[in-house]
Amino acid sequence: MSAPIQMTYREACRAGIADALRRDPRVFLMGEDVGRYGGCYGVSKGLLEEFGPKRIRDAPLSESGFTGMGIGAAMNGMKPIVEIMTVNFSMLAFDQIVNNAATIRHMSGGQFGVPLVIRMATGAGRQLAAQHSHSLENLYAHVPGLKVLTPATLDDARGMLWTALEDPDPVLIFEHVMLYNVSGELAGDAGAVGIDKAAIRRPGKDISLITYGGSLSKTMAAAEQLAEQGTSAEVVDLRTLRPLDDATIFESVRKTRRAVIVDEGWRSGSISAEISARLMENVLWSLDAPVGRVCSAEVPIPYARHLEEAALPQPQSIVAAAKRILG
Amino acid sequence: MTTTAKLHLNRESLLLLLQQMVRVRRFEEKCDELYQSEKIRGFLHLAIGEEAVCAGVMAALAREDAVVATYREHGHALLRGVPATEIMAEMYGKFEGCSHGRGGSMHLFSAVHRFYGGYAIVGGGLPVAAGIALADKMRGENKVTCCFFGDGAVAEGEFHETMNLAELWKLPLLFVCENNLYAMGTRLDLSESEPDIHLKAQSYRIPSEVVDGMDVVAVNAAAMRAVQRIRDGSGPQFLECRTYRFRAHSMFDPQFYRSKAEIEEWKKRDPILRLTDWMTAAGLLHADDLPRIEQVAQEEVRTAVDFAEAAAWEPVERLTVDVHARPKA
Repeated sequence: MSAPIQMTYREACRAGIADALRRDPRVFLMGEDVGRYGGCYGVSKGLLEEFGPKRIRDAPLSESGFTGMGIGAAMNGMKPIVEIMTVNFSMLAFDQIVNNAATIRHMSGGQFGVPLVIRMATGAGRQLAAQHSHSLENLYAHVPGLKVLTPATLDDARGMLWTALEDPDPVLIFEHVMLYNVSGELAGDAGAVGIDKAAIRRPGKDISLITYGGSLSKTMAAAEQLAEQGTSAEVVDLRTLRPLDDATIFESVRKTRRAVIVDEGWRSGSISAEISARLMENVLWSLDAPVGRVCSAEVPIPYARHLEEAALPQPQSIVAAAKRILG
Repeated sequence: MTTTAKLHLNRESLLLLLQQMVRVRRFEEKCDELYQSEKIRGFLHLAIGEEAVCAGVMAALAREDAVVATYREHGHALLRGVPATEIMAEMYGKFEGCSHGRGGSMHLFSAVHRFYGGYAIVGGGLPVAAGIALADKMRGENKVTCCFFGDGAVAEGEFHETMNLAELWKLPLLFVCENNLYAMGTRLDLSESEPDIHLKAQSYRIPSEVVDGMDVVAVNAAAMRAVQRIRDGSGPQFLECRTYRFRAHSMFDPQFYRSKAEIEEWKKRDPILRLTDWMTAAGLLHADDLPRIEQVAQEEVRTAVDFAEAAAWEPVERLTVDVHARPKA
């Protein structure tokens, strides 16, 4: 194992893209401002210089157009990475993703596949208000035919992309905006990682805190606070929202007998609701308390910092929810 | 008319165009009948009256080219080479159908024919077609992607996004607008501030042409020219084919929005009658040509129906197969 390298989540994403471009000539990156500008969150900075405009394609503001083109190119033998600036903008490409990418394999009787990867930023915390801050990944996790990944660590930011590109079906990768500047150590030879298993980020025995993406660090902070108060919390990082790794979730909850789900999406119809239902269906008799949830307030995410913070899951609200469950 | 077009005006090529239109017409008439007898269900969109467009364009494409079509695409699939048996079995919802019965009338697919499917969200096929063309271009393959869509699609944002991207990136893409004057029941001039569709393509700097979509020879000639320009590296080309559907939009359409007189007027321009009249006048249609073509077409339809009737249903246990790729063996 080569020496670890200090880098940001943003740089880990970039390393994953550059690696894919080097390994497979069918891979190309397409999206708004991915070339000359370097990506709206700076992820693709420098890639145009290294790989040229044929493979780093600046697209006009046509989310549906270039996402649909990614679908067509994928059906015709390429492995496109489409970048959409934020999940809010992906609503403009919702038709292509839901009506085409997700359906074509089944609808064509298995004749055509769509090995497309769509990356986009998600989540709140940068005071970008209600049209740049939502966590809508759950909408995609509802749809058969799609896979939905939420890398929360440097390893996953670096390694999920290649595995997603190897997948013969469309994969959506959600990068939380508050993670891009997070710095950490990544092994020099870090490479592809699996995308079908949830990860236990912190083992514990009293309660399972189940989360993903940008909420992982808040949940880890909450677990630390709980530990200081004598409660051993296990933190489950879902990593993949579709398909959910039921086995890991159930195993954790059967062990701890209590669960709180932390989800930056809105509570109604959320992935946390789905997980709660699955726990009810499968591990009810192992539970010592009702399943708890910490979600975003049911409001469009506001601009003002104090209101935005109040709208989102925070370590103290996670700790409070855990304490309620623990009784 | 250009030299290229003239070259193809021989008896053999004209008979082929005639035969293709007759095949589509008889196939769709049978579909109509089978819908009435409830063998075919769901939506069924017939293109009767519009056959000259797909017959003329398909004859200009090569085997290695790609096709993207709409939900009114039985004729496109048939003339692309998808066997009538497999199309009819798909209409029945049978496992031997070209989409295994998952797609039905609106979603015919055939990978071996590079028939990338019928798309039923109006405008939704255009970006996909552009992506197929982009992939061919990136690999340096001199192939054309042909994208069919109706006049209704022109009002969708995806039409405009795709026009812009196709010309901006000089994609090898032939846009064929099947302008039958109505977006379902809304007349073109009631939905477009500029009803002259080919001008919209021109505004994106895409060379575009208006074609009489009831004249298969004119459509074929225009398509040949456009395909040649694409192969020469000129980027996307656009054909607006003005045509008319003689039947309702779908089987649930009482057609309150247009008069019988209007339909009858257009029927005088029936593309099959028009070609046979013209060939007869020019001495190019022999007495036994049409009966022979009719016989072959009827036989094809009969065989297709027999095949579909005898075909099996997909086992219910396979319901979720191909939602995702099957695991590698």
